[in-house]
Amino acid sequence: MSDQYPALIVVVPLLSALIISAVGWVNKRLCFPITVAALAVASYSSIGLLFRVLDEGVIVYRLGGWQPPIGIAYYVDYLNSLVLVVVSTVALLNVIAAKKSIELEFPEKTAPFYTLYVLMVTGLLGIVVTGDAFNLYVLLEIASLTGYGLLAMGEDRAPLATLNYLYMGTIGACFYLLGIGYLYIVTGSLNMVDIAGILPSLYQSKAVLAAFIICMVGVWLKMAFFPLHAWLPNTYTYAPSASSSLIAPLMTKVMVYVMIRLMLTVFTPEFVFDTLDISNVVVWLAVIAIVMGAILALAERNLKRMLAFIIVAEVGYMVGGAWLGNRIGMTGAILHIVNDALMTLCVFLVVGNIVYKVKGYAFKDLQGLFRKMPFTMGAFVIGAMSIIGVPPTCGFFSKWYLIAGAIQSGHYEFMAALLLSSLVSVILFFRIFEICYYEPFSDHHEHDHQPEPMDEAPLTMLVPLLIVAAILILVGIYTGDIVNHIIKFAIPESLI
Amino acid sequence: MIMETITSIKPLLAVLVSLLVTPILISSRSPNVREAWTFAAAGIKLFIIASMVPAVLQGTEIVYTIAEVVPGVAIKFRVDAFGMLFALVSSTLWIVTTVYSIGYMRALNEHSQTRYFCFFAIALSATIGVAFSANLLTLYLFYEMLSFATYPLVTHHQDREARSSGRKYLLYIVGGSIGLVLPAMLICYNMTGTLEFSRQGIFAGTEPKVMMTVLLLMLVLGFAKAAIMPFHSWLPAAMVAPTPVSALLHAVAVVKVGAFSVLRVLTGIFGIDLLARLNLGTVICYLAAFTVITASLIALSQDGLKRRLAFSTIAQLSYIVLGVALLSPKGMIGGMTHIAMHAFGKITLFFCAGAIFVATGKKNISEMVGIGKRMPVTMVAFFIGSLSVIGLPPTGGFFSKWYLVLGTLQADQWPMLVVLLSSSLLNAVYFFPIVYKAFFCTPEEAMFENRVEEAPIWCVVPLAVTAAGSIALFFYPTLFLKLAELAM
Repeated sequence: MSDQYPALIVVVPLLSALIISAVGWVNKRLCFPITVAALAVASYSSIGLLFRVLDEGVIVYRLGGWQPPIGIAYYVDYLNSLVLVVVSTVALLNVIAAKKSIELEFPEKTAPFYTLYVLMVTGLLGIVVTGDAFNLYVLLEIASLTGYGLLAMGEDRAPLATLNYLYMGTIGACFYLLGIGYLYIVTGSLNMVDIAGILPSLYQSKAVLAAFIICMVGVWLKMAFFPLHAWLPNTYTYAPSASSSLIAPLMTKVMVYVMIRLMLTVFTPEFVFDTLDISNVVVWLAVIAIVMGAILALAERNLKRMLAFIIVAEVGYMVGGAWLGNRIGMTGAILHIVNDALMTLCVFLVVGNIVYKVKGYAFKDLQGLFRKMPFTMGAFVIGAMSIIGVPPTCGFFSKWYLIAGAIQSGHYEFMAALLLSSLVSVILFFRIFEICYYEPFSDHHEHDHQPEPMDEAPLTMLVPLLIVAAILILVGIYTGDIVNHIIKFAIPESLI
Repeated sequence: MIMETITSIKPLLAVLVSLLVTPILISSRSPNVREAWTFAAAGIKLFIIASMVPAVLQGTEIVYTIAEVVPGVAIKFRVDAFGMLFALVSSTLWIVTTVYSIGYMRALNEHSQTRYFCFFAIALSATIGVAFSANLLTLYLFYEMLSFATYPLVTHHQDREARSSGRKYLLYIVGGSIGLVLPAMLICYNMTGTLEFSRQGIFAGTEPKVMMTVLLLMLVLGFAKAAIMPFHSWLPAAMVAPTPVSALLHAVAVVKVGAFSVLRVLTGIFGIDLLARLNLGTVICYLAAFTVITASLIALSQDGLKRRLAFSTIAQLSYIVLGVALLSPKGMIGGMTHIAMHAFGKITLFFCAGAIFVATGKKNISEMVGIGKRMPVTMVAFFIGSLSVIGLPPTGGFFSKWYLVLGTLQADQWPMLVVLLSSSLLNAVYFFPIVYKAFFCTPEEAMFENRVEEAPIWCVVPLAVTAAGSIALFFYPTLFLKLAELAM
């Protein structure tokens, strides 16, 4: 059984998606349990896989027993087993939390929603688990197309925003495909390990250079790396809560994973940092992304859009960390994939709860929320602390590694950008806390005044949220273990 | 002397006990049950801390590691004499303040008392966490926790004034910690690979002096809770908080956490030898001396009683920093014991200010003429508190100031001696008129009827206790002096 984990992770959700869409015609209420079951199997398999990798090292799984380069191989190593756990857990927790809001926001379309949801998760898990560069493209399209569907189900402006995303996303995916095409031309292989074995003798080739750059641009577009981010804020803002709290934590992070996978496995650190001389430029781009993300977030008067711009800044963290060219920065980037997925999930689930109860997410809708929804807001405070980077939440520790990497490599501009972004985050979140806490101001002096009654979100929304908030702190405290037992082995020895 | 260390979970328990009690506080059905739990937590906390005193007095250090978070740096507790001194003071005064809080909050019928007591408990956890931190990262963790836990306490009234004070509070405290301490800490870590406090400091001593000076200033000023000028103005602003908060947090816990952190940086990160060799102690001395004199002068002109006390606190905090920055043994003992001595004196003064507000609604000194006849106990306690802050016998404040003065002589720093003495004079000038006007005024001047009417008993007893404590420290200062000597 445990030998089949790599296949189960993808096959179970894929088949479940088909079942859900069929069952939806018969009885809509069955869709939710099947979804949860499918994602639970995926989570269980990914956790099992992580432990197997910790025991045995890299696992190679050949789909249908075909040998590469003809057959498709799944490679599970320290890097993607970690990301798999994150993706599957986030998807599972989110679907449980989102059940009520799905039923509220589009009662007619629950079956298609769950189908798309599970298909999208299939795509994301596939992207992470696959060891085949072309297969990755296919799964990327699966994740993207279903993602467009999920996002477009939202408010009135959602379809238009999603159309914009579709254009940009398609261009991004095409760039990636084009890059892979170049690689195929020069190496004749699509298997990542195979390519990595052939490439070193070709590092001076212009075609390889072009392939790398084009792939990178494509991936950056899909992860909303400033200035390629324009599709993201509107899309995430107008999407239904259930979709945005799946896609915001996962899509950009999975694309960061793809970037790191390309940098570390397909190409090598020697090629990326030594042969190419562009890491300084990319770090500066990341600095701009962080600063601009922070400033644009500051200009928003609406919680969801503000969070969307924070994601743009966070993408800058990860790209910058990965491109610092040292081990500690790369550690920070990989750690931040985990942490950012979790903390983004936390704050977007909070938005989901608020929208469910208050029916709005503009700043003016948030008045008095600390009284009305104390538990939701408690989780929000923890999520915010993580984004600001306050220990012992996990966000602090990835920021620590990123800044340490910046100092070690002498990129003080990156350190300054990270600190600035932390300070701006303090302003961003305390501005919201102030509205939730002080307003509406009461004119008479406050003694004896009757507090508004508590009006919390239902337990099915609250419990997953509180679990995520607790995970933020636990992951923070166990950062050392995650780094020493997993991430340390995910980065090739050659990167110092 | 080789330190003996023992591993024990006690420091962690001491930190956690007040954190773990918060869910019980939230779910308590009646205020009396809730306050009983606060007392229970405070009592257990003091008991756990006190149970470690004998070991610490024998020169043993108690350590407990939670987890290594970055290579070479763990979240780790270490109880040494200096940390013990601070933890003892804060946990003792928490019990007294809880009594006072009950009197104050109920007398004024304040809203959201559950929230108030919860965050108070969290703040105390963070304070003890700072006291027992074994390295700069752990200290930073609890320092930040304290910053955010005190925000709802400072802004308790939830009005516009509270909001603007809250903003100022965050700007200075969090701006300092993220903007200055965090990068300085990371640079230290990158240079040395460790952040563990040790007597020799963590540096090899070969680093360029400019670099060291910049790092030192970033750390000393970045811990803005120590309120060294120009990072002081959050403290007067924070006086919008209910008085028990000002008393325990802004005279004892929060501000002393700032001073404590600065002292840890001076003695544990840089080390006395390095500071002496690079002559950096003098830099900090002058910074502190400037703060002492300027804050005392500003205090003179304040009419709001709590604001005057706040500026007095700013000056007194710099005494602590000054004492250690003198780098002479006597000065260090003076600085460290001043944490305890000033705590008892200043908390008494704040309790009195709160009691006056509860009983009469007055906040300004100019409205307190003749109040001694109305509230004799309170004003006698106020007198004792001011004696202690000025540094006159028979109060504990005398000892710390005595050692500080000896320290300046030992370090041959005559200008600092002048600063200390003139500041004492200034303290007398801004405290004694209040007491004098309270008792000795002509019948025409008196603003109160001639009958005794004190604040509620829950307010009066704590302030009498802390005033008595100030006097007791004059006769029995041994414990704190011993701890300070051991910390050297």
